[in-house]
Amino acid sequence: MPMAKLEIQDVSKTFDGTSVLDHLTFQLKDKEFVSILGPSGSGKSTLFHVIGGLLSPDSGDIVMDGSSITGQRGKISYMPQSPSLLPWRTVLENVLLGSEIQGKTDREQALRMIEKSGLSGYEHTYPEQLSGGMKQRVSFIRSLLSPQPVICLDEPFSALDEFTRHDMQKWLLSIWEEHQRSILFITHNIEEALFLSDRIIVLSDRPAHVQKEFTVPFSRPRDPSLVLTEPFLTCKKQIYKEIRKLS
Amino acid sequence: MKTYASKGWRPTAVLLLLLVIWESSSRFLAIQEWLFPAPTTIIREGINGWSQYAPHLLSTIQLTLIGFAIGTLIGLAVAVILHLIPSLREAVYPLLILSQNIPIIVLAPLLVLWFGFGVLPKLIIIILVCFFPITVAAMDGFRQTNREYIHYMKMAGATRSQLFRKLEWPHAMPSIFSGLKISATYSVMGAVISEWLGASEGIGVYMTLASSSFRTDRVFVAIFLIMILSLSFFFIITQVEKRMIRYQTEGERDANG
Repeated sequence: MPMAKLEIQDVSKTFDGTSVLDHLTFQLKDKEFVSILGPSGSGKSTLFHVIGGLLSPDSGDIVMDGSSITGQRGKISYMPQSPSLLPWRTVLENVLLGSEIQGKTDREQALRMIEKSGLSGYEHTYPEQLSGGMKQRVSFIRSLLSPQPVICLDEPFSALDEFTRHDMQKWLLSIWEEHQRSILFITHNIEEALFLSDRIIVLSDRPAHVQKEFTVPFSRPRDPSLVLTEPFLTCKKQIYKEIRKLS
Repeated sequence: MKTYASKGWRPTAVLLLLLVIWESSSRFLAIQEWLFPAPTTIIREGINGWSQYAPHLLSTIQLTLIGFAIGTLIGLAVAVILHLIPSLREAVYPLLILSQNIPIIVLAPLLVLWFGFGVLPKLIIIILVCFFPITVAAMDGFRQTNREYIHYMKMAGATRSQLFRKLEWPHAMPSIFSGLKISATYSVMGAVISEWLGASEGIGVYMTLASSSFRTDRVFVAIFLIMILSLSFFFIITQVEKRMIRYQTEGERDANG
């Protein structure tokens, strides 16, 4: 078994007397795709802010490759809920932003990635002219091109319509299967979590702690028709029941 | 051009109508030339008097440009410093606002007293009227940076200086340009007023000379020259803005096409 890439060790966070994260502990292995599933308002975003170093936990540690990164910024690559592409930068310049902040850019690689993502011809257009799905692709390429080994995605497809969302999930998997990185994926969509991940961590309602962990039994590469098969639906039901217990 | 032809004819027609009313009323009501000259008289003076006012015009343009350039630099520097040092901003910003309640013009006699009739007090006046709109516009631009972008930049590990250079500065560009446009027109006004106080050359001087010798047509010529100067200044900045802020114009072009 590969060693843990990222460890969340007993992390707690309180805001104005309300506990938001309550002794949260889980791991992300190297090249693993883990989804964090939880009701909205369960502190998923707070968790990301703590991992990203924007917030310091009251207690506990964030450990990457065996050393603590608690409170340090720029240790993870990040894809926010809204694409957050800078409007004055072209697609190519936007894609390079994450690596630029870390000090090293690779134009050639960026151009290759843009082409592979089906965005060739758009290298020098401005984000304003892209559709919602295309913007999210650019945003994901940006996080892939950032040098950090762990990527955190914060409900990246929640603002997209159903059709685009399915396309994007398929696309994300195909890109990820090629450039395996460790991914932590926040979502509130059970089907999305099941279809994409190796493991699902269900968070409880506030204060958030790990309610249950599921290992997703499906092999890769996964086909979109998977979501209609009997085993998939069984898993979905199981997770659904777990979440129902919370309310 | 198409949009100009379809929309621009209305104001053009109104302008022409006003000119016709002006011209005919001064002819038929036999208004004294020195009191209110007809447009044709003004235009004639504007064409024939070129050699007389050209040096004045040149001197004003020079003064305006130098003052505007220095004012812009100071304005931007103040904005950047105040933005990057929040405690300083809190201390100084209210005073800055307060200082703008002093009409700069009333400081002019004081400046003349301190610095004489040379170029320095004139430049100071232009700088004083110019820098404030730029400072306020730039600071607003910096502060209104989209929270989402800031959030991304911080999560990606951007340092304070990267945050400023890669995000806040480019984000404030459109805002800075609107400040520049306001300052550009202010700086022409500042230049003319500073010339009234005493100078050997400039449109302001030409104007005072004309009015004291009852050459009202020349006063009007001066007024139109100032208008043209302001407008062309404004226009140049708009053009520079279009070149520098590509992403907006491209979007507009797309929307029109």
